[in-house]
Amino acid sequence: MSWLDVFRGNRKPPATTAGAAKERLQIVLAHERINRSGDDFLPRLQRELIQVVARYVAIDPKAVNVSLDRGGDMSTLAIEVELPPAAPPPTGRDAAAAGRPAV
Amino acid sequence: MSATVITITSGKGGVGKTTTTAAFGAALALRGKRVCVVDFDVGLRNLDLVLGIEKRVVYDFLHVANGQAKLQQALIRDKRIDKLHVLATSQTHEKDALTPEGVNRVMAELKEEFDYILCDSPAGIEHGAIMALYHADHAIVVCNPEVSSIRDADRILGFIAARSKRAETGMEPVQEHLLVTRFDPDRVKTGEMLPLNDIQDILSAELLGVVPESKAVLRASNAGMPASLDSGTDAGRAYHDAVARFLGEVRDPIRVAAPRATVTVQEEPRGFLRRLFGFA
Ligand SMILES: Nc1ncnc2c1ncn2[C@@H]1O[C@H](COP(=O)(O)OP(=O)(O)OP(=O)(O)O)[C@@H](O)[C@H]1O
Ligand SMILES: [Mg+2]
Repeated sequence: MSWLDVFRGNRKPPATTAGAAKERLQIVLAHERINRSGDDFLPRLQRELIQVVARYVAIDPKAVNVSLDRGGDMSTLAIEVELPPAAPPPTGRDAAAAGRPAV
Repeated sequence: MSATVITITSGKGGVGKTTTTAAFGAALALRGKRVCVVDFDVGLRNLDLVLGIEKRVVYDFLHVANGQAKLQQALIRDKRIDKLHVLATSQTHEKDALTPEGVNRVMAELKEEFDYILCDSPAGIEHGAIMALYHADHAIVVCNPEVSSIRDADRILGFIAARSKRAETGMEPVQEHLLVTRFDPDRVKTGEMLPLNDIQDILSAELLGVVPESKAVLRASNAGMPASLDSGTDAGRAYHDAVARFLGEVRDPIRVAAPRATVTVQEEPRGFLRRLFGFA
C-alpha cells in the first residue's frame, strides 16, 4: 500500500484483526500527535507572524488570527490578517529597519 | 557517585508497571548493582506487596519527603536480594501529597547511595506520574500488545519528551525504552495480536524487551517475590534479558519465551541510514 492510496481511499481492508488494530492506531496517533504539538506552537506562531507582518505593514496585533482546524481526513491552518484601511506600503528598506528591535 | 534514575511508566493502568519495577530492580540487584525501587503510586501502594515487604513498612516515601522521618528509617532492605532496597509509599495520604520539593530532596539523597533508582509510576498523566517522570534519566514505557495500551504509550512518550527535568533544563533527552508485556506469540501467529515490529513501527521507540503472558507472574506476586527471582521461568528469563540489554551486554534479537517453544522474533529490517553506516 502506498501513501497515495491513503489519500485516494483505495485501501484494502486488513486481513486480520491485528492488521486492523495497526491501521486504526496509525491513523488515530497521527491525529493525536498533531493535536499535541498544536497546543504548543500556535501561540508562538501567532506571535512570530505578527512580528513579520508588522515589519511590512502597520497592523493591530489583535487583528491577526491563527487557527488550526482538525477535520477527519485533513487539517487546515488558517491565518487571517486584517489590514488597516489605508496602510501605505512602506519601502522594503524602511520596513526592515522599522521591524528591527531596538538594541 | 550519582545514581541513574529509571522511571517505569505506561499511561494506561494495569499493564505491568509494578511487576516490572520489582522484577527489573531485582534483576539489576542480582547483578550486584545497588538498587532502590520507589513507589510513586501514592494512595494505591502495591510495590511493597509485590516484593513481599508489606509487613515491614513503618515509615514511607511520604514521611521522608515531608520531613517526618529520615531516609534510613524508611528504606527497607530486601532479605533475599542483598543490594535491593525499597522505599514504599502510603495508602493514607492524598494523591497529590508529594510535592516537587519533597521529591527533589529524597531523590538527591537516594542518588548518593545507589547505582539505580527505579520509580514505579502511577497510571495516567497527572500529578503522581509527573512526579515520577520528572527526575528520569531513562523511561521504560510498559505496553501490552493491545490498542488502548499502545495509544496511551504514545501519549506518555510525548509527555516524557516535554515534561522531564532533562527537557526543561535543556539536557540530553530522557532515553526512552519500550517493554512489551503480556505478549502471546501464538495469538500473533493467528493474527489476533499485533506483532512486535508493528508495535515498534507505530511507537518508534527502542524495544528493550518482551515479557510473555505468563503464569509465573501471578505465582510470584502471590508469594511476594519479584518475577525475576526465579530466572528459570519464562517471565523471569525475559526480565533478565531486558536488564542485560539495558546494560548493553547483549545485542542479539529479542527472544520470546513461549510456554512451549522459544521463538526468535524477526527484528525490524535495518533502516536505510543504519545500513549505510553499518550500525549494529
Ligand atoms: N507478563 C505477565 N503475565 C501475566 N500476568 C501479568 C504479567 N505482567 C503483569 N501481570 C498481571 O497484571 C496485573 C497488573 O500488573 P501490575 O500491577 O504490575 O500493573 P500496573 O501497571 O502496575 O498497574 P497500575 O496501573 O494499577 O499500577 C497483575 O495482576 C499482574 O500479576
Ligand atoms: Mg502499579
